[in-house]
Amino acid sequence: MSNILVYIHAPAGAPTKGQRELLALAARLGEASAVLGGPADAAALSGLASAGATGFYAAAGGLDATGLIAPAVSLLEAAVRASGATAVLLPNTVEGREIAARAAVRLDAGVITDAIDVDADFTVTKPVLAGSYTVKAQATRGPALITLKANSVELREAAPAAGAAAPVHELELGEAGPAARITATAEHTATGRPELSEARFVVAGGRGVDGDFGPVEDLADALGAAVGASRAATDAGWIDHSAQVGQTGTTVSPQLYISAGISGAIQQKAGMQTAKTIIAINKDPDAPVFEIADLGIVGDLAQVLPQAAAEIRRRKG
Amino acid sequence: MSQNTGTPLNILVLVKHVPDVQFERHLTSPGQRLDRSDSVLSELDEYAIEAALALSESRGGEKAGNTVTAMTMGPDAAANAVKKSLQMGAAAGVHICDPALAGSDAGATSLVLATAIKQLGGFDVVLTGMASTDAETSLVPAQLAERLGLAQLTNLSKLEIAPGTTTVTGLRVGEDGVQSLEAALPVLVSVTDQANEPRYPNFRGILAAKKKKITTLTLAELGLAEGAVGAAGSATRVLSAAPRPPRAAGQVITDSGEAGIALVDFLADAKLI
Repeated sequence: MSNILVYIHAPAGAPTKGQRELLALAARLGEASAVLGGPADAAALSGLASAGATGFYAAAGGLDATGLIAPAVSLLEAAVRASGATAVLLPNTVEGREIAARAAVRLDAGVITDAIDVDADFTVTKPVLAGSYTVKAQATRGPALITLKANSVELREAAPAAGAAAPVHELELGEAGPAARITATAEHTATGRPELSEARFVVAGGRGVDGDFGPVEDLADALGAAVGASRAATDAGWIDHSAQVGQTGTTVSPQLYISAGISGAIQQKAGMQTAKTIIAINKDPDAPVFEIADLGIVGDLAQVLPQAAAEIRRRKG
Repeated sequence: MSQNTGTPLNILVLVKHVPDVQFERHLTSPGQRLDRSDSVLSELDEYAIEAALALSESRGGEKAGNTVTAMTMGPDAAANAVKKSLQMGAAAGVHICDPALAGSDAGATSLVLATAIKQLGGFDVVLTGMASTDAETSLVPAQLAERLGLAQLTNLSKLEIAPGTTTVTGLRVGEDGVQSLEAALPVLVSVTDQANEPRYPNFRGILAAKKKKITTLTLAELGLAEGAVGAAGSATRVLSAAPRPPRAAGQVITDSGEAGIALVDFLADAKLI
């Protein structure tokens, strides 16, 4: 059976949904092992094992956490060489792509980003040109380095913990080479809402919210959704840039995308058109977003969103 | 120099000529390559050019010996991306142009760019945008850092080199939060669309650009074999491409006071709640 490595950026007590998707896909393709991009305690190892990891690779003496990217690249390179892995799966984040990019140079291997599926022969399916085409691609040399978009793998209920008996291989890393130092990290403020890139439901607001994200946040909370925004809304300073969905922001492919006050210019469609179901609310009956919406509502979002939020809360009792 | 601006910097900014994202874009067959007619300077590269010009100006600009060079790789028309960079204020341009380059993936592209950067030599800062707006992989900046042996300060929303120093600092919004980064020159930097507000070329800039030099480099001049680039040199290949079936427009209703309820009915029918 092929050895498949999964890069786990920050192991935690319970694996994130994205990490579970990576491990579930790896287990489907072969024998899954996790490469630990940070310190992992017994609970973290057990969580990863129950998500599908049958082995672990870690840096002997711990990974240098103050060096940007380069230490993780050295670890991944060493893990590929030690395991003879056929493929490596990484998250489709800034970090995941960059680690894959550099490891590919060292390993003379191909990288494919934005994967939404991987076949048994490592053919990768990915959307390109902002979702307007779907491409199948393959790595032709070296282990296939693949970054997987969130919400791409259907998860079954977690199997009971396979136990932390899976072995941890400690790898000696050489010099990581020149790297920027991380001198401080300001953690994102917790909103209590799901992570935008991983959320099943997203409610997004644009120019039409006219400065007030209250109705958008209200409906998001009634649904347990993440809050997104168009670039016009983040550029106006109405909401943090981290909420931006689209070409230069977070790409999302949720089950449900509710777009409020977003006209749907091509760049905005880019952020939403891989969503399974789209609902659009806009005052302008000619807004392009209605061309791609499963349900379009011509109306005032300040009226429609609070009414919907109240109705959801009423039905949930 | 009246102020202590430190040693002058040689800055290289990488730019790409890409199909305009305001219009529908197409893959052509055979080969599933991108139709590159109606191309423009990638919008995300304008932030890199602005960052390069601002860095130079913060140390006294061209008068103090700082240089900004714009480099691109691509077919004949790609020179337009360099021309726009010159109009914005870059002092010189480099265009790597060779028919064998067509079909290069990120790995092959980074090999060509790194070879050219080493051959030209002497750059303190290599600057790029956060992604190209066509392939959108963001792989090339990290691969350049690897091939050039440079510290990477990528995806920066803020970039600074304090006057009189050779330490680069920046802010990066990553998965773990907002990271403060620091590295000594020489470095590879990529900037996001939050980093600055790119300037527009003014009339004087447009006239001045006509006198600036664009050097063309071929594969042979870089000492690279044809097999190392293009489709042959790439470690990935596209097997097939299919246009996404157009999303059928669904039902559109006009709110007459009950649309919020209709929205919830729709969610319930679709078993989303």
